[in-house]
Amino acid sequence: MSQRQVLQVFEQYQKARTQFVQMVAELATRPQNIETLQNAGVMALLRPLLLDVVPTIQQTAALALGRLANYKDDLAEAVVKGDILPQLVYSLAEQNRFYKKAAAFVLRAVGKHSPQLAQAVVDCGALDTLVICLEDFDPGVKEAAAWALGCIARHNAELSQAVVDAGAVPPLVLCIQEPEIALKRIAVSALSDTATHSPELAQTVVDAGVIAHLAQMILNPDAKLKRQVLSALSQIAKHSVDLAEMVVEAEIFPVVLTCLKDKDEYVKKNACTLIREIAKHTPELSQLIVNAGGVAAVIDCIGSCKGNIRLPGIMLLGYVAAHSENLAMAVIISKGVPQLSLCLSEEPEDHIKAAAAWALGHIGRHTPEHARAVAVTNTLPVLLSLYMSTESSEDLQMKSKKAIKNILQKCTYLPALEPFLYDAPPNILKHVVGQFSKVLPHDSKARRLFVTSGGLKKVQEIKAEPGSLLQEYINSINNCYPEEIVRYYSPGYSETLLQRVDSYQPLTN
Amino acid sequence: MLIYSIEVLKGIMCELIQCVVDIFRKKENDAAIKIQSWFRGCQIRAYIRYLHRAATIIQKQWRGYLGRQQYQVIVKLAYYTMKMNLYNAMAVRIQRRWRGYKIRKYCFNYYYLKEYLKAVSETNDAIREALEEFADMKEREEKKADLEREEKERDYQARKMHYLLSTKQIPGIYNSPFRKDPDPWELRLQKAKPLTHRGPNVKRKPCVSLSNWLACTSARSFPRSGILPPIDRKRCQGPFRDISEVLEQRYKPLEPTLRVAEPIDGLTEARAQLQKQECERNVNDNMFLPFSSYHKNKKYVPTMHLSSKYGPDAYGTQHFRDENPKRWICNKDFQTVLPSFDLFSKYGKMYSKAGQIV
Repeated sequence: MSQRQVLQVFEQYQKARTQFVQMVAELATRPQNIETLQNAGVMALLRPLLLDVVPTIQQTAALALGRLANYKDDLAEAVVKGDILPQLVYSLAEQNRFYKKAAAFVLRAVGKHSPQLAQAVVDCGALDTLVICLEDFDPGVKEAAAWALGCIARHNAELSQAVVDAGAVPPLVLCIQEPEIALKRIAVSALSDTATHSPELAQTVVDAGVIAHLAQMILNPDAKLKRQVLSALSQIAKHSVDLAEMVVEAEIFPVVLTCLKDKDEYVKKNACTLIREIAKHTPELSQLIVNAGGVAAVIDCIGSCKGNIRLPGIMLLGYVAAHSENLAMAVIISKGVPQLSLCLSEEPEDHIKAAAAWALGHIGRHTPEHARAVAVTNTLPVLLSLYMSTESSEDLQMKSKKAIKNILQKCTYLPALEPFLYDAPPNILKHVVGQFSKVLPHDSKARRLFVTSGGLKKVQEIKAEPGSLLQEYINSINNCYPEEIVRYYSPGYSETLLQRVDSYQPLTN
Repeated sequence: MLIYSIEVLKGIMCELIQCVVDIFRKKENDAAIKIQSWFRGCQIRAYIRYLHRAATIIQKQWRGYLGRQQYQVIVKLAYYTMKMNLYNAMAVRIQRRWRGYKIRKYCFNYYYLKEYLKAVSETNDAIREALEEFADMKEREEKKADLEREEKERDYQARKMHYLLSTKQIPGIYNSPFRKDPDPWELRLQKAKPLTHRGPNVKRKPCVSLSNWLACTSARSFPRSGILPPIDRKRCQGPFRDISEVLEQRYKPLEPTLRVAEPIDGLTEARAQLQKQECERNVNDNMFLPFSSYHKNKKYVPTMHLSSKYGPDAYGTQHFRDENPKRWICNKDFQTVLPSFDLFSKYGKMYSKAGQIV
């Protein structure tokens, strides 16, 4: 045969390979094909193509592998078991940028499913090569490498430590300063995943000087970038007081408050989360947030959202109010209580209601003024109904019970306490009657109102064991009134009167 | 007979006279006795009256003396109580003033808190306004950007469709002769420049302009309060004390004694607060009940059945002795120690008809 015919055979083979690999890559984009591909044994066929002579076939094979591994975790395990990873890592160091992107994509697809797979990726030495890729010229390569590192670091603290030990943090900080928005997003997300797990890791990330850059990036108009930046800052701030103070010193207030008015829901949520993580550490940080007007902004933000987006804002109000009574008063004058009671009544989910009940309990528990501010908005009956209803989850019941108990122990606003006399269970009734017994001896108008509204009658009907605290309270209430009135309202008085009529012998003269 | 008859007669006369006189004598004797006894009685009664008077005077004096002693004690006590009440009232006044002063000066400044809350609410309003403005501004910018984008689109469309422009001979589709005015698209087509051939597909990256970014990052943009005094203030003339000494004395911090440093019921308050805190965290309000065997400290007293060495009999035994004669202790029969009682001895033997019921 002539030379050309021989070469034609090779060309045909190459074309067939190219076509096969391209078709597989395209089919792998659709989820319904992947089962069929797996059953047809595509992994075994793609593996030798990774070592193919032609670079395009290598790249497309890597891309197809990546898409397959991305979809399901047993395919990713097959990739690991097939010893493909060392080959990828080796060729990552020397191939062109398309191959590097595809290889980084495969590493990400394998590493994202579970910690064991990510550990397998780390074990074949992928981290060093990925860090080298982070210093490449092409932004696409950097993005793929950063994404892979982020997916690995997300799982647990050991993997994050491994990523940090490979020296990934300084190149990531450089990536943040690049002009491409997608690269910025991914780099910030990778740093945020690294800093999540432990305070030491967060400290390492902060030592690389990342906070200043993140603080500047809050002003960027891109919504997804803002999400990631705020999330990164909140992951850093949540670990300790020092880190939170460092985040605050980067002068994020009052700029962060503009993010609360963003159109994107998740930007609002992440901004609230950041403020919450800062506020929960110490009273001084909460005071800083109050002084900057953060509480008012968060309350408006709660009013404009629905559902899970509200949750960090509600928790922020609870944390701020829990620190001290002055801060709780500041929350009250920022009109937080009507908003919280609205959340309590209209939200369908139990965990959001539980958070709102917890926050209200902390606001109202300090002094009678605070309890009055909460009671005036008619929240107490709502809390009681949540406590008594059988459909509420146990967490919600517990939190509403604690909130009611804490508020009632300080509440001296009697119009709000009266409905409790009628439908409260005995353990709450004890506190209600106790409060009445504290207020009534000193206030004559309240005594009159108590009698005319039927409260005295209800108190007489309460059965209490003699010698118990409840009986003492009832006695002290009865001592506020003249004996005839107490007897008049005691149950069965009409019967005793009628008995006296029956047994009376009229004097016959 | 006549001799002794005078004596007899004398004797008889004497006896007669004696009889008559005896009666008188007795009467008079009795009368004298009565008079004497009455008189003696009067004397003694007078004496006893005198003694009573004397005893009464002595008792009166003595009781007066005791009563005056008692009265002295009562007066002393009342005086002492009055003094102590006065001192307590004055001490309460002093304590009231001091406590008020201490709280106002060193612990809690109500007016400062009021000012602070007012400042917070003003800041809140300012922030709310600023954020509203910011949101409005963003919306306007977005709308403007949308409009501009639509304009550009339409321009591009017009440039692509430039050949639909009407000529002198043929009116275009947007310039129908039946219309009064040409369609706006017609005017757009007139203004549009025809598109040239497309060059290589250049993707323009979106550029971020600096003017979009807010520029209030510095803390200096936030209003700062407090004016520092000018540096080149002339010293006041005169033998004044050193300013640092004066300030030190004026703003000397309070050094309260241990007694004053804490409120007098600080311990009870702290206990109550701790109890409240723990009560908040409690899941269950009820007190834990004591262990059930704690009060069972009575010694067990077994019944007769258990404490005898013979064991209980089964119910319905008709004999008190064992049926097996070999197990009897002695051969003799049981003695009746107690007499049988006569419940039915009067049966039918009562006298009355009512007794027949018996």
